[in-house]
Amino acid sequence: MRPRVAVLAAALVLTALVAASTACSSGGKDSLIVYSGRSEDLVQPLIDQFEEDTGIDVQVKYGETAEMAATILEEGSNSPADVYYGQDAGALGYLAQEGRLAELPQGLLDRIDSRFRARDGRWIGLSGRARVVAYNVENVDPATLPSSILDFTDEEWDGRIGWAPTNGSFQAFVTALRLIEGEDAARAWLEAIKANGAKDYPNNTAALEAAANGEVDVVFVNHYYLYPALAEQGDGFGARNHYTGPGDAGSLVNVAGAGILDSADNRENAERFLEHMLSEDAQQYFADETFEYPLIEGIETHPDLLPLSELEPPDIDLSDISDLNGTLDLLRETGVLP
Amino acid sequence: MAVIALPGRRAVDIPIAVIGLAVLVAAAMLLPAAYLVMRVLGEGSAAWDTLSATSTTDAVVRTSLLASAVTGGAIAIAVPAAWLTVRTDLPLRPVWAVVLALPLAFPSYVGAFAFVAALGPRGMLQDLLSPLGVERLPEIYGFWGAWLALTLFTFPYVLLPVRAALRGMDRSLEEAARGLGKGSLSTFVRVTLPQLRPAIAAGGVLVALYTLSDFGAVSILRFDSLTRVIYLQYTASLDRGAAATLALILVAMALLVVAVEGVTRGKARYHASVSHRPPEPVALGAWRWPAVAFCGLVALVALVLPASVITFWLVRGLGEGESLAVVREATLNSAYVSSLAALAAVAAALPVAILAVRYRGPLSSALEKVTYSGFALPGIVIALALVFFFANYVTFLYQTMALLVFAYVVRFLPQALGSTRSSLLQVNANTEEAARGLGYGPARVFARVTAPQMLPGLSAGAALVFLTVMKELPATLILSPIGFNTLATEIWSATTASYFARAALPALILVAVSAIPMMLLVLRERRVS
Repeated sequence: MRPRVAVLAAALVLTALVAASTACSSGGKDSLIVYSGRSEDLVQPLIDQFEEDTGIDVQVKYGETAEMAATILEEGSNSPADVYYGQDAGALGYLAQEGRLAELPQGLLDRIDSRFRARDGRWIGLSGRARVVAYNVENVDPATLPSSILDFTDEEWDGRIGWAPTNGSFQAFVTALRLIEGEDAARAWLEAIKANGAKDYPNNTAALEAAANGEVDVVFVNHYYLYPALAEQGDGFGARNHYTGPGDAGSLVNVAGAGILDSADNRENAERFLEHMLSEDAQQYFADETFEYPLIEGIETHPDLLPLSELEPPDIDLSDISDLNGTLDLLRETGVLP
Repeated sequence: MAVIALPGRRAVDIPIAVIGLAVLVAAAMLLPAAYLVMRVLGEGSAAWDTLSATSTTDAVVRTSLLASAVTGGAIAIAVPAAWLTVRTDLPLRPVWAVVLALPLAFPSYVGAFAFVAALGPRGMLQDLLSPLGVERLPEIYGFWGAWLALTLFTFPYVLLPVRAALRGMDRSLEEAARGLGKGSLSTFVRVTLPQLRPAIAAGGVLVALYTLSDFGAVSILRFDSLTRVIYLQYTASLDRGAAATLALILVAMALLVVAVEGVTRGKARYHASVSHRPPEPVALGAWRWPAVAFCGLVALVALVLPASVITFWLVRGLGEGESLAVVREATLNSAYVSSLAALAAVAAALPVAILAVRYRGPLSSALEKVTYSGFALPGIVIALALVFFFANYVTFLYQTMALLVFAYVVRFLPQALGSTRSSLLQVNANTEEAARGLGYGPARVFARVTAPQMLPGLSAGAALVFLTVMKELPATLILSPIGFNTLATEIWSATTASYFARAALPALILVAVSAIPMMLLVLRERRVS
């Protein structure tokens, strides 16, 4: 490298960096910054619609639910984010507990069933997802599947079960199990499933694939992962969803939800955004496009799903399952998590 | 003489600018560790509980075993592969040289997933074998699965420096050994291999540290290494204190690995004498076809297999009517930011390498070692550390491209440092002194004499950084300017929503783009020789 070349290269790098860093200034009156733990594929169309309707410029940072929450905690009061949008009630509950979410207006909270929002009004559910047992269609006759998640402890399921214990929705389910069946029963269930040789998968996607190709026969996952797989792989896809019976912890309905940061610069826009997400159009979008459960009255659930009225999820307040600490201790004590 | 041990220079000779720059780089590299220490101190006695828990000890043991086994496996593949592709009449030598460098382009989260799809108990291979009555393949999960995937996707870290060393090595010693009646094998073991030691050690360190830091492969292949435990602390309980305590163990392990490398590397320095002659290729004779089979098998499992699985996902999705999403912007973004990071990393590596090679001493050696402290950390730890410092104290840079590039340099500098350092080792200091004797200043000598000779090493370092930045995910998600998407974030976005076909195209493009600098490097080699 000749000196001139080196100087030129250095100058280029510097200019590029400075240009890039000045190009993206944030803030302004008609703007909103959202940290989303839900992926762009699912959420961006709704955000585009909101921008079009209101003229508010929305910037979204996409990432994993927990990582986005951890980022907000590290940023402290300097966080650029106005809204946090997470995959499960656990991370929302944690941010609220750390004092990072502000109280939402009552009018907004009243739009949905109180089970699906924080008791202290600091976060609100935007769409619902049910826990299901996905089974391999070749090896399992759905008519023989138990109507309670508790029955998978039977030795007939030895070596046939898969789960994703690091997943937030799974942990929320275990919390529900503790609340419904009691601490001892939950411990016994975890130990028995583990004794049945349950295989760990890193996430719901991998678990569902394993059920589809027959690596295991049943996996405990969220209901909506099935639908993109059907769309891409056709009806030949080897797994389908089974709902356990009414009131069973295995049919827990959790939410993806959002809260407004205590340090939000654009609070008014943030409230409008949440209103938009609970509008009929947006709720219809969740029903049609992401195969989730709408949370406001009067929206038709996707015909492929079992409607909430028939699903009859356990009567549990999601505020009560947002505290995961007891569950994590239990998962570690039983050796389910390292 | 081929091996010259130079006495250390007097401290007076060290240009202040080089020291200043090197100290600055080392300080930047220590930011993640500083953040971790701060968090751990905030933990108080809880940190001690985390450290002394048996689950922690177990995870440390498991992780150390994996890192050692992967390093050993990578060396066992890379050294013969390097020798075959540099020194022999292996058929299609340049093709193998490129092909065997490419597995490094696979992000471990994609590669491991493709592995499971292909080699899992009910994967595609089982499907092919099912007419033969094979119902199930043995479990790929656990230690051996993680070992296999990480070995196959990291051995090029050793292959590249060993190839470079073999090319730069003077043959006179080998010829002398032959002249004394030693056979080929004996010559290789007693003469060639010792000279390759620094290159093997430099590559091995990268493999070991990468294995310590990896989360993608171990989580998909279900091996409970330390990163998985750390990740759990962040994701499940958002317990940043416990996560930091465990992450600090990784920093300690990294420093240990670097210290071991320092011992392995030894004190000797190697550079070719002036009368360097191009090597005569060794005739493989009857070993030709076994050699081709060896290279072919490695390429098949580490490159063809994952690439075919991804292609299969793509084709299957298209068959069901999925449309191809346009990923032009993500491709350009990835290439742009990876190039910036590659240049910046090499620039940052230079002062540290110059200090470490030309002005040996406790200070320069310590500076060099601390730059490795972050490479064993999973990306999320580095990203959150930088979030903390920049969101709170250097706000104007937060969520800018500058910070993103800075984060990549902090994460990946050791990859540039290794080859920068070894290329400087091969520059004979006598040529620099001759230039000084002619009255040139140190900067001019560097630019006119040293840098041109280092160019192959510098570009190899840049290529490595380029390729790892292409596939970097956690820091990119957390630190990039809002709305900045790359191929890696596109893949992530599609897979979290279970869209394999949508992930497949960006994954293939990612591997193809990463292959470009690798190919240029190998083609350049050929022109030089």
